[in-house]
Amino acid sequence: MDQIIDQFFNFKIMLEAWPIMWRGLMMTLLICAAVIPLGLIGGLLVALAGTSSTTWFRWLVIVYIDLFRAIPPLVLLILIYSGLPFAGIRLSPFTAVCLAFFLNNSAYFGEVYRAGIESIGEGQSEAARSTGLTQIQTMAYVVLPQAVRNVLPDLISNTIEVVKLTSLASVVALPELLYSSDMARSLTYNASPIVMAALLYLIILLPAVRALTRFEQKLAAQ
Amino acid sequence: MSVPAIIKIIDLHKSFGNLEVLKGIDVTLGESELVFILGPSGSGKSTLLRCCNRLEQAQRGQILFDGTDILKPDTEINAIRQQIGMVFQSFNLYPHLSVLGNICLALRKVKKFSKKQAREIAFHQLERVGLVDKSDNFPSELSGGQQQRVAIARALALDPKVMLFDEPTSALDPELVGDVLGVMKDLKNSGMTMLVVSHEMRFARSAADRIIFMDGGNIVEEGPPEQMFDNPQHQRTRSFLQQVGY
Amino acid sequence: MSAWERFLHTFFNRDVIIQYLPDIGKGFIVTCELAILVVISGIAMGFILAMVRAYQILPVNLIIVGFVDVLRSLPPLVLVLLFYFGLPNIGVVLSGFVVLWLVLAAVLAAFAEEIIWAGITSINKGQWEAARSTGLGMTQTLVYVILPQAIRMTIPPMTNRTIAITKNTALGTVIGVGEILNQATTAQSFSSNASPLMVGAIVYVLLFVPIVVLGRWIETRFAWKNA
Repeated sequence: MDQIIDQFFNFKIMLEAWPIMWRGLMMTLLICAAVIPLGLIGGLLVALAGTSSTTWFRWLVIVYIDLFRAIPPLVLLILIYSGLPFAGIRLSPFTAVCLAFFLNNSAYFGEVYRAGIESIGEGQSEAARSTGLTQIQTMAYVVLPQAVRNVLPDLISNTIEVVKLTSLASVVALPELLYSSDMARSLTYNASPIVMAALLYLIILLPAVRALTRFEQKLAAQ
Repeated sequence: MSVPAIIKIIDLHKSFGNLEVLKGIDVTLGESELVFILGPSGSGKSTLLRCCNRLEQAQRGQILFDGTDILKPDTEINAIRQQIGMVFQSFNLYPHLSVLGNICLALRKVKKFSKKQAREIAFHQLERVGLVDKSDNFPSELSGGQQQRVAIARALALDPKVMLFDEPTSALDPELVGDVLGVMKDLKNSGMTMLVVSHEMRFARSAADRIIFMDGGNIVEEGPPEQMFDNPQHQRTRSFLQQVGY
Repeated sequence: MSAWERFLHTFFNRDVIIQYLPDIGKGFIVTCELAILVVISGIAMGFILAMVRAYQILPVNLIIVGFVDVLRSLPPLVLVLLFYFGLPNIGVVLSGFVVLWLVLAAVLAAFAEEIIWAGITSINKGQWEAARSTGLGMTQTLVYVILPQAIRMTIPPMTNRTIAITKNTALGTVIGVGEILNQATTAQSFSSNASPLMVGAIVYVLLFVPIVVLGRWIETRFAWKNA
């Protein structure tokens, strides 16, 4: 038991590792601040492209969504980070992370928005068009507000997944929370820094997960 | 008809794939006229109505609104749609907006009225349909009849020259039908031009200026209500009226 | 060499591909083994947890909900590193393969429990009452009446979640599990050529696109049936 506490919950080592962990946490939040809006906006654009009346273009959007939902995000990240240099394109770890996550997240968010838009009946846009609203106005004021509301739980759950996904950035040596804790682990030969990283992730995400569950239960009860 | 025509439909053809649902329709709608379209389901009457707003795209023919052919691709359809109000069978109120929000949306975004102007118009129209006290409610809090009256107010708010009604009462419980028909009757008395697809025979008889009977994508016959109900010329009209128990 | 030839030489080099294809093939088998193990054990455990939760024993339920929420909140890679590098310090040495299997199965179990539980609670209370009134016991009601109805609506979310978690088998590369990505990156550094990585990515696409398309099909089919 003492051994477990010493190896996993060593307070002294956690305290020592705190400065580097803090910087890692800030980097994680910075990545989130970049990739969450990118994914939300990119996904919206993908979904709007999916409402095109041109059949081949709609299929192209579905191919895009399914392709990037099929490739594991880590594979995409490594492909971009260590594959592209062979073509003379060398991206910083941060840019590579943003690009890989953009491709992955816009596909996932795109699918969520798409389902939302499809859940709104034809009558809504007909009513809006019959009052003279343009196609874009109809989308912006009538269809999207309802669509987003219908898929809000999925949007939240996807956003939580994106935050968790940022831990992959450690693989391309971007010093975010997990990378920093693993550095501290290899310096101290002790797993406590990783436990600490886990606790920090829990502090950020556990309330969100709990709130999401509550929210879904409330919706189901209606 | 001596009154000037507001809508003139000339030789209108519409197909869905291989199925021809309108086979050359000619209708003239004069100012302040209330024209009722009757016919069995699948006769093409709803499609005809939806073509008048270009919610369906007709393949051939013309629909002249105030002399402009609305079927031409270069017609400013959104400008015309403001002048053609439409009321749907399933109301199609926006569930995420309040009653006031439903009415104000097009006023603000299409007509570009200020918030204050839009609210004034909205309240005026709500008064017309007797629902001023429901302005802050959401559609889900209203009965079907109230929702349909809000939908009518939403269309009227844009000050249309003509109103299209697509089976406005067929999704309503019987006891709520009367309120909606009452609003329509008031509209008629105020001189609104109306094209109505409905199965409310008694209302058709008392309020319509003219009745058109459609079957199989064609106009079988048309005339004033007395003639159509009491002395229909065609066998198909007679058997339809018999079927609906009139 | 033209630009096109240079591109092919770098990203789709025939000789390099032929040389390393057997390795990537081995990786493919490891990925499949892991995926099957994770899916079966994860979903089975999710089922058991959800059924236990239906008995409404407070302390047990608190533990289940705690387990589920924590595993839904933590990035799987954190758990992978924690167990792979931490456990040996207290004398427990597990292979990378086993660590990855246990972590991903536990994560899938957590999500599966949540999905199945949502299915169980969505069934009308009258179903319970009707079944109990005919003398069926608690477990019988659950197995014969509630679960068969609940499972149908859990299929679309379960499919999506299972795909997402199975893709995490690529995390094995970080702790030296010889799956597709690991084989591909190793081959890339030996050959100084991007072709193995491209092949690896293509193998993933071939493996997962059919499953993603299947998931989409299931989703529309079930949505339609419920409507």
